Amino acid sequence: MKQEFAMKDTFVINGERKTVEFDAADTLLTVLRRAGHTEVHSGCDRGECGVCTVLLSGKPVNSCQVFAASVRGRAVTTVKGIGTLENPHPLQKAFAEHGGIQCGFCTPGKIVASYALLEKTPNPGDEEIKRALDGNLCRCTGYSQIIESVRSAAETMHSGEPEEGGGV
Amino acid sequence: MNHETGTGKSLPKLDSLALAAGTEPFCDDFDRPGTLTALQVGSPHAFAEITSIDTREAEQEPGVAAIYDYRNTTERLYTTAGQGFPEPSPYDCRLFSPTLRFYGDRVALIVANSEAAARRAAKRIRVDYKLLEPNFDLHRAEERATGRLHGEDAHAAIPVPYRPEDNLAAELAIDIGDCRRGFDEAEESLDHSFTMQYASHCAMEPHTCLAYTDGRGRLIVITATQVPFHVRRIIHRLLEIPLHQIRVIKPRIGGGFGGKQEVLLEPLAALAAWDLKKPVRLRLTRREVFTVSRTRHEMACRIRTGFDRDGTIRALDMEALMNAGAYGSHALTVLSNAGAKVLPLFNKIPNIRFSGRSVYTNLPVGGAYRGYGATQGYFAFNQIVDMIACRCGIDFIDLVKQNHIRRGETSPIFEALGEGKEGVSQSLNSCALEECLDQGAAAIGWKRKGKSSAEGPKRRGIGAAVCMQGSGIPLIDMGACSMKINEDGSFNLSLGATDIGTGSDTVLAQIASEVLMVPVEKFIVRSSDTDTTPFDVGAYASSTTYVSGNAVLRCAETMKEKLRSAAAAILQVPESGLCAGEESFLHEESGRIISYSEIAYQRLYSSAQEQLECSASYTGTESPPPFLAQFAEIDVDIETGVITVLRFVSVADCGRALNPMLARGQIEGAVVNGLSYALTEEYLFNKEGRMTNPSLGQYKIFNTLDIPEMETIIVPSHEESGPMGAKSIGEIAINGAAPAIANALYDATGRRLFSTPFTPEKVWRALQEAPFEA
Repeated sequence: MKQEFAMKDTFVINGERKTVEFDAADTLLTVLRRAGHTEVHSGCDRGECGVCTVLLSGKPVNSCQVFAASVRGRAVTTVKGIGTLENPHPLQKAFAEHGGIQCGFCTPGKIVASYALLEKTPNPGDEEIKRALDGNLCRCTGYSQIIESVRSAAETMHSGEPEEGGGV
Repeated sequence: MNHETGTGKSLPKLDSLALAAGTEPFCDDFDRPGTLTALQVGSPHAFAEITSIDTREAEQEPGVAAIYDYRNTTERLYTTAGQGFPEPSPYDCRLFSPTLRFYGDRVALIVANSEAAARRAAKRIRVDYKLLEPNFDLHRAEERATGRLHGEDAHAAIPVPYRPEDNLAAELAIDIGDCRRGFDEAEESLDHSFTMQYASHCAMEPHTCLAYTDGRGRLIVITATQVPFHVRRIIHRLLEIPLHQIRVIKPRIGGGFGGKQEVLLEPLAALAAWDLKKPVRLRLTRREVFTVSRTRHEMACRIRTGFDRDGTIRALDMEALMNAGAYGSHALTVLSNAGAKVLPLFNKIPNIRFSGRSVYTNLPVGGAYRGYGATQGYFAFNQIVDMIACRCGIDFIDLVKQNHIRRGETSPIFEALGEGKEGVSQSLNSCALEECLDQGAAAIGWKRKGKSSAEGPKRRGIGAAVCMQGSGIPLIDMGACSMKINEDGSFNLSLGATDIGTGSDTVLAQIASEVLMVPVEKFIVRSSDTDTTPFDVGAYASSTTYVSGNAVLRCAETMKEKLRSAAAAILQVPESGLCAGEESFLHEESGRIISYSEIAYQRLYSSAQEQLECSASYTGTESPPPFLAQFAEIDVDIETGVITVLRFVSVADCGRALNPMLARGQIEGAVVNGLSYALTEEYLFNKEGRMTNPSLGQYKIFNTLDIPEMETIIVPSHEESGPMGAKSIGEIAINGAAPAIANALYDATGRRLFSTPFTPEKVWRALQEAPFEA
């Protein structure tokens, strides 16, 4: 059964141009998931939990609060655009190695938000990390190990090691 | 990563990099062409009977595939509690019933080709209701004037007291020694009641489930569950689908905390998929997670105690009144745990009584929630202990040390009170609570207690709380695993144990890794698929590391012996001459080494061909409790009533921590959940019994800006009966936040609060009244 949609547009998702179809009421989250970007999760559909965070023109947004029709031409980056399993970004490695991940459902959104922070503030203090991630809820970790993960990734990126990951 | 071998190391979770890369699928990431969307239609009333229902118009709505309600589905009673069989929770629930018992209770299920179509159809269902008088007050539930929620046919599946005519979902009582004499002889007494409120688990992944029939006509259910084997059994028994035709698969799960120990969505999705022979997805919105999934039980806990001025406690009587909500899911076992997990802690008290009742009300349904009754019991218990300490002029820590259970000791409670019935007697092999207290006191600066400082409107105070939990339900919880070797000396490790984000796949692989001396990365872990992994009761009751871990330990030991025997045969030497090494055996006499890989190649292709494989099961004969001391340092603003937790210290005895990083994560996650439960989380109901704040914007859980400075210490400990010395750590750390903050509030202001959450308004009001006198 083929669904029919009212609108059609070309999105640039993780650097790739993709033609997507949607209805006027569809959110960016809906369109991304329908296009196979299941790394973007859905937790509340009200912009209150942050698990659907993606970068839109480099800025973190709750993709459930963005109309797909408003995206036109702007770059969308999901966690897969930041790094991959084979070539992970230091943030992804740090989250794994410092206990920043338990269930992992909030993790893609957290990594995207952390990435945006480190782009702007390469050497953030704990307060800056907390402020950058206050819209990304986590019920598993108690946040402490997440904050340590971001701090550690920032240190790695500063230590002169060759930066891995795809980048945006 | 994970080139390392064995336990006691902070290895990353096996799945963590994939989770960080977004490549691990959760339930909603599985798709089948033509998947239909199921939507529940909820009751607009807290208590009503359907006098007529007309779905004909709704069925005509384009895209609608089917509508189910009480007229075209089974009338069989069941419980949604995902527990062992027979379940200790009453059979008081139907897929659909003409009687609606709480706001949002299921009226119908619409299955359509899109959510929009299902929502359009929902508006066209015509239902007439006869309104009944609801009751929202747990203290009034048993009054005769209050409407009865459940009919004649509701019943308990095990022989326990169950009186639906009195709205009584469960009842129990134990009496040890002679409490009356204890009270008579005591120099002092206290009598106070404490209440904890409704709460939502708030796992970031909402409850969700996909059901479809495969090419052979079998029913496949991919679901976000903590209990895949219970899901299969309950679907089978409720829908009369042959068990062998059902396969339940657990992918990655986005958190559970007890909320997904409930078989809530799966029977509905299964019903529709089996009936329509089409894939059906049923997923709760966040609002539905709050209103129609399960909650922490509201509980009022009264403690009366008689004691002498030297801190000798002569009698303690605990009376728990629990709000089951509209259905009795976990109504008996959470209730009994409020006593069973609390009272053994002070085993020096000679006279103890525990009585409890769970009552039905027309409010959301309670269920399993991390801590499972112990949280509510310890809130009351730790404040009473603090009051006794204050009255006697004894330090809280000294009073705890004077009374708490020690290694080698027992408590009659273990035998008298289990989960809903008699328990199992045990003497402790391990207890490091004293070290926990000492280290915690040093970390928080306990000496400053009682010298509350003031700065402007801020008053500072310190408080502590202690607790224990269990490690699985003895003689009931069973875990099993199986393993087989591959040519490269890697192993498939199949676990019934259900990793819901806790890291159990990793910890269990570490156990096998240690036994076999094989790096963790060479275990290909598969957890929870009823077709391909052995049975396990699931992820609950703090059982996985201890119960399932012991199964893995046994299984790996068996595998090692099989490998040894194969090695001896291949080398033509006696087994006794072989010494186990890394991924190999060494024949000491000749110096010959044979690797696991060589053994596997031999046995698969060359000689005495055989797949080397084995399985093992484990059921605990005891449930060694982990222990915990927690300390809060708080500021109270006496002008606004705002409590700020500045520091929170947790010191745990969880036996040997098999993965200290993950153990710390379990503690801190539970602490932060406990803190926000103590301070901000709250169900608000209007006078019709409808929750008015069912969103993460209105129901406040802690975010990064709310957390205090946390210090988490795991003390050295070793539990003989546990795998590599381990006990549990999953639940315990949620128990201490509320009482530690309450005791700190008393330290800071001389006021006590008897109910959570400690909202600014509640604190401010308490501050306007006279100080509490113990």
